[in-house]
Amino acid sequence: MSTPILPPGLAIQKADERIMTLNVGPQHPGSGHMRIIVQIDGDYIVACDPDPGYVHRGEEKMAEYRNYVLNVPHLERPVIHDSCNVLYPYVLGVEELLGLEVTERAKYIRVIAAELNRCVYTMYWLAIYGIFLGHSTMFMWPAGDRELLIDLLEKMTGARVTHSYFIPGGIRNDLPANFEDVCLRQVNYFEKRIKEYADVFYENPILISRTEKTGVLTRENAIRLGTTGSVLRASGVDYDVRKKEPYDVYDELDFETNVMKSGDSYARSRIPWLDMMESCRIIRDALQKMPKSGSVRVKLKPNPKGGFDSVYKRVESGRGALGCYIVSDKKPEPYRVKLSVPSFRNLIALPHLLIGEKLGNMPSTYWSLNYWPVEADR
Amino acid sequence: MSSEPKKEAVEKKPEDSKPTNDKTTEKPAATKPAPKKVPPKEEPELPAFEKGIADKIIENFGEKTTISFVKPDRVGIKVGRDAVHDVAEFARDVLNYDHVDSVSGVDYPADKEIEVVYHLSSYTDPTLSRQILELATRAQREDKPIPGNDATRLPSLRDIFYSVEFHEREVFEMLGVYFEGHPDNRRLLLPEDWADLPPLRKDFRNKGR
Repeated sequence: MSTPILPPGLAIQKADERIMTLNVGPQHPGSGHMRIIVQIDGDYIVACDPDPGYVHRGEEKMAEYRNYVLNVPHLERPVIHDSCNVLYPYVLGVEELLGLEVTERAKYIRVIAAELNRCVYTMYWLAIYGIFLGHSTMFMWPAGDRELLIDLLEKMTGARVTHSYFIPGGIRNDLPANFEDVCLRQVNYFEKRIKEYADVFYENPILISRTEKTGVLTRENAIRLGTTGSVLRASGVDYDVRKKEPYDVYDELDFETNVMKSGDSYARSRIPWLDMMESCRIIRDALQKMPKSGSVRVKLKPNPKGGFDSVYKRVESGRGALGCYIVSDKKPEPYRVKLSVPSFRNLIALPHLLIGEKLGNMPSTYWSLNYWPVEADR
Repeated sequence: MSSEPKKEAVEKKPEDSKPTNDKTTEKPAATKPAPKKVPPKEEPELPAFEKGIADKIIENFGEKTTISFVKPDRVGIKVGRDAVHDVAEFARDVLNYDHVDSVSGVDYPADKEIEVVYHLSSYTDPTLSRQILELATRAQREDKPIPGNDATRLPSLRDIFYSVEFHEREVFEMLGVYFEGHPDNRRLLLPEDWADLPPLRKDFRNKGR
């Protein structure tokens, strides 16, 4: 009896003649860098154990070695497609710790950058969601239309995806000349494009038949499991940090939150798409209300220090509420930085969604969680 | 790995570092709103709603809890490890907090303690939608940890807030705090064969730094 002891999932476990254990991932291009261990009885999933951690990079540990400003480029790495929003709570927290006052113009530019980034992330997510369902047009269209906004962000920040644009005290550099007109034109065209997705994807009877009433998360469970973002709002809970606890200038801007009641995969995939249209609305509104000139950052001392203090800030990212807990101990480096990321919080819902579902519905249910493996692992 | 001067200085004497930094220390300390002195009733401009939450907890649990801060939208409570389960239950049943946003472990080697901070929030109660209740409790810290088999233990809040399940698993592997009553204390992010110190402890040094 010298069978080697294998990690869970690698051993073929046969609890019952009917039950088979399957590994989905971590190398499968569909799952991202994470593994889902599922047990199936025939075609139905009877047990599910998500196993993240394949891209754990110790961002929180790294943050304890670098000072408040040097932390900026690496803390956005968990989701490079949504890098402004990942960095947002950290920057807000550091500003509170250091007592920095951000100028009005910088706040507006931050909101514009964050909303552009939300759209860029959602388009990437949507492209992969399309290819998960075998809908290759829905892979090509968002991947192409995303370039419109990436071009805008490149004009603003100088980088296509990893912007490092937000810094404690404002933003790194001001907008280029004539940016407002270009931005307005591109965003208007972008909105026109994403509205066309209704015909090819969201009103498509094949998509509806494949995702409706699959992976249902009830309202009670969505609250109890502490899910957030599109998962929560698809289950009928109207909670968006931008509305409930507005940061920067979100309280002056005109937008709605999107809520659906059904809680199935279809609702979860539709909410981010509706959110993109609200983002376009926010961007147009912000471009109009933004002060046309002025400074965009306050000057920082070298190696700024906070007191003995802690701060918890949260923002609404492309996937949901993203919190950052910073403890400072009067040193240039933070004592502890904790990112409370929406992907990690939503992951707990995956077993609840998959058990009882057919294996064929697993890809659409999994990706409808708006889960980003690298962010969950940090 | 064992004795750096840095971590002894935690919370004790911050001014021992390089002379170039001395002139910058004054400014941020001065701009900070109110230091975390314990009795918050002395300060006149405390937000009333947040103070009400803090007072309710103090009323019910007395000396087992202390207020660490009351800021706009944020209330911080320090709880002893034997009372944290009851306080969490009170926060759910009476104060209407319904889920946990985040669970963070913070290592304090100088105090020989590891702090676990729960950030509670509420979706269902509209008056609490801006609020975060910060419950901090501390576990005893071992110098040579055997995660799961030493005195670094805390009661799990999984039976009160289901949402802490993965967060507590993460704190267990990253800091070695074992949560008693948690149904599933396996590793989550770290590899199964990780045999070093829990990596978010301060005495775990990043290789090459």
